[in-house]
Amino acid sequence: MTLTGGEAVVRVENLHKSFGDLEVLKGIDMEVDRGEVVVIFGRSGSGKSTLLRCINFLEEPTVGTIEVAGQRIEGGHRIRSKRDQIRQLRMHCGMVFQQFNLFPHMTALGNVMEGPVTVKGLDEDRARRLAVEVLERVGLADKVEEYPIRLSGGQQQRVAIARALAMEPDVMLFDEPTSALDPELIGEVLGVMKALAMEMHITMMVVTHEMGFAREVASRMAFFHEGRILEEGTPDQIFNDTRFPETRTFLKAVL
Amino acid sequence: MRTDDAGTGAPRSSPGRDDRRRDRLALASANVPFRVKVALVWAAIFAVLAFLFWAASFDNGWIREHIGFIGRGLTFTLLMAAFGIILAVVLALVGALGRLSRNPVAYGLSGFYTSFFRGTPLIVQLFLFYLAMPRTAQNLFDKFPNFLPTSFDDFFTWSAFQVGILVLGLNYGAYMTEIFRAGIQSVSHGQSEAADALGMTYRQKMRRVMLPQALRVVIPPTGNEFIAMMKDTALVSVLGQSIESMELFRRAQLLGNADVRPTEALVTAAALYWALTAVFTFFQSRLERRVSRGYVRTVAGGPKDRERGKVIVTGAGGNDQGRASGSVPDAPEEALEVGGHAHGAALPTVPQKPPEDPP
Repeated sequence: MTLTGGEAVVRVENLHKSFGDLEVLKGIDMEVDRGEVVVIFGRSGSGKSTLLRCINFLEEPTVGTIEVAGQRIEGGHRIRSKRDQIRQLRMHCGMVFQQFNLFPHMTALGNVMEGPVTVKGLDEDRARRLAVEVLERVGLADKVEEYPIRLSGGQQQRVAIARALAMEPDVMLFDEPTSALDPELIGEVLGVMKALAMEMHITMMVVTHEMGFAREVASRMAFFHEGRILEEGTPDQIFNDTRFPETRTFLKAVL
Repeated sequence: MRTDDAGTGAPRSSPGRDDRRRDRLALASANVPFRVKVALVWAAIFAVLAFLFWAASFDNGWIREHIGFIGRGLTFTLLMAAFGIILAVVLALVGALGRLSRNPVAYGLSGFYTSFFRGTPLIVQLFLFYLAMPRTAQNLFDKFPNFLPTSFDDFFTWSAFQVGILVLGLNYGAYMTEIFRAGIQSVSHGQSEAADALGMTYRQKMRRVMLPQALRVVIPPTGNEFIAMMKDTALVSVLGQSIESMELFRRAQLLGNADVRPTEALVTAAALYWALTAVFTFFQSRLERRVSRGYVRTVAGGPKDRERGKVIVTGAGGNDQGRASGSVPDAPEEALEVGGHAHGAALPTVPQKPPEDPP
């Protein structure tokens, strides 16, 4: 995971997604370069989360192409051969959910080891070392043996980040990672995410309403409006220089 | 604590000795633990029964003499139920995955299976497999002797014991398919997505994430099914078994009829079944407590609280009555509901006594 720059890790082309009659994504084109942090924001229902979920095929794109780390997959019906491709692609994407979704029957360590051992076939010793290292990085060295139920929301979300990170993904997808947290716990999660971006230069796509985080960390921001990307730009352009009344209204509401 | 409503209700004519005596009685009663009182009720019931048996000139000597022979039937009862439940669990697991599958073959097969075995009486199924299956095999063999192996019909002629295992397994498996399906579905969708997002295959996801969590939900009712199945083994007696493999009820019937002591024989059989299920109910409740470990947030606080950390977390208050009546403890299931969507949700941490086992 080195910073090379200019190399697209994620490519989304002409992505459409419908749920029945409701078209949630109406043609998204997007590229994310290695080391970039892209913050995706917009009103709820504008398709932000759906975009992330389409990228790792938790939702099947209706039309369009997704490419992650060279693994290129067309949307449409899922067929057997595609299933393996999707699994390959998922191994390159770390996903962090709004509701954490930690495995409650495993300790923090078990959660983080699960991917490397079960999916990648790493041997237990190496996986354990890796998992401990990653948990240390998210500041949970002392919670290694705890079960999720004994952890606070912020700690659970950091374990979830560690779990995704342990797969050594090419891109981390954050789906409203702080929305389920009590206000006083948001800071620790954002702090970890910031460290991942600044120190490890991990490529990230972050759906969030945390505009402070965006201003500080994002290399690019994308404003979603009614299933389309209305505007893209650096935080500076978005916050100080937007041409669109929709963006301005939204920012006024969340800031 | 129940006390008289003197002073709160309407004015009473004679607030005298009677009331005070009742108050004293209520106070004394409040000092006796609930369990002791329940035990007294049980003792009273047994005393009444013992009196009835004595009054009806029960032949205790006969029971003492033959309880050993009848009791040896427990071996076959237990074996049949044990093999039966193993078969049922395997079928239920496969059936549940089939019911949750989008593969039309898997869905159709499991649908047919549960529909048939839940839709016909157990006793009919027993006869079908004991009588109809070998006859069908025989007829097929007679019709196509060239295509079928020579021992084809023998292969489908099973002993009552074997048919008992097969049919109990098939029948209970069909019901337990629904239990397992519900258990798997009780695991939140987010768990499935988290496993998918890591790149797990369907097998890995089931084995590592879904089934271990479903197991917690599934084990208590599976224990119930096993206990129920132990009693349904008595139905196999209608098939008539050879002397050396007779289960409990068959032995009681034959012996009781032969010696003209049917009541004694039946009471003995009932008592043995009862004792057997009581023992397993006890083990089952211990097992339940075991599997809910790790889902129970220990109560933060002093060492005493920590000791009681295994205590089951449940939102519902205790219902001691329901528990003492001999029903299977329901507290862990309530705890499970909370555990099902555990993440982030604040759990009420109400320490509660572990469920007691019926005597």
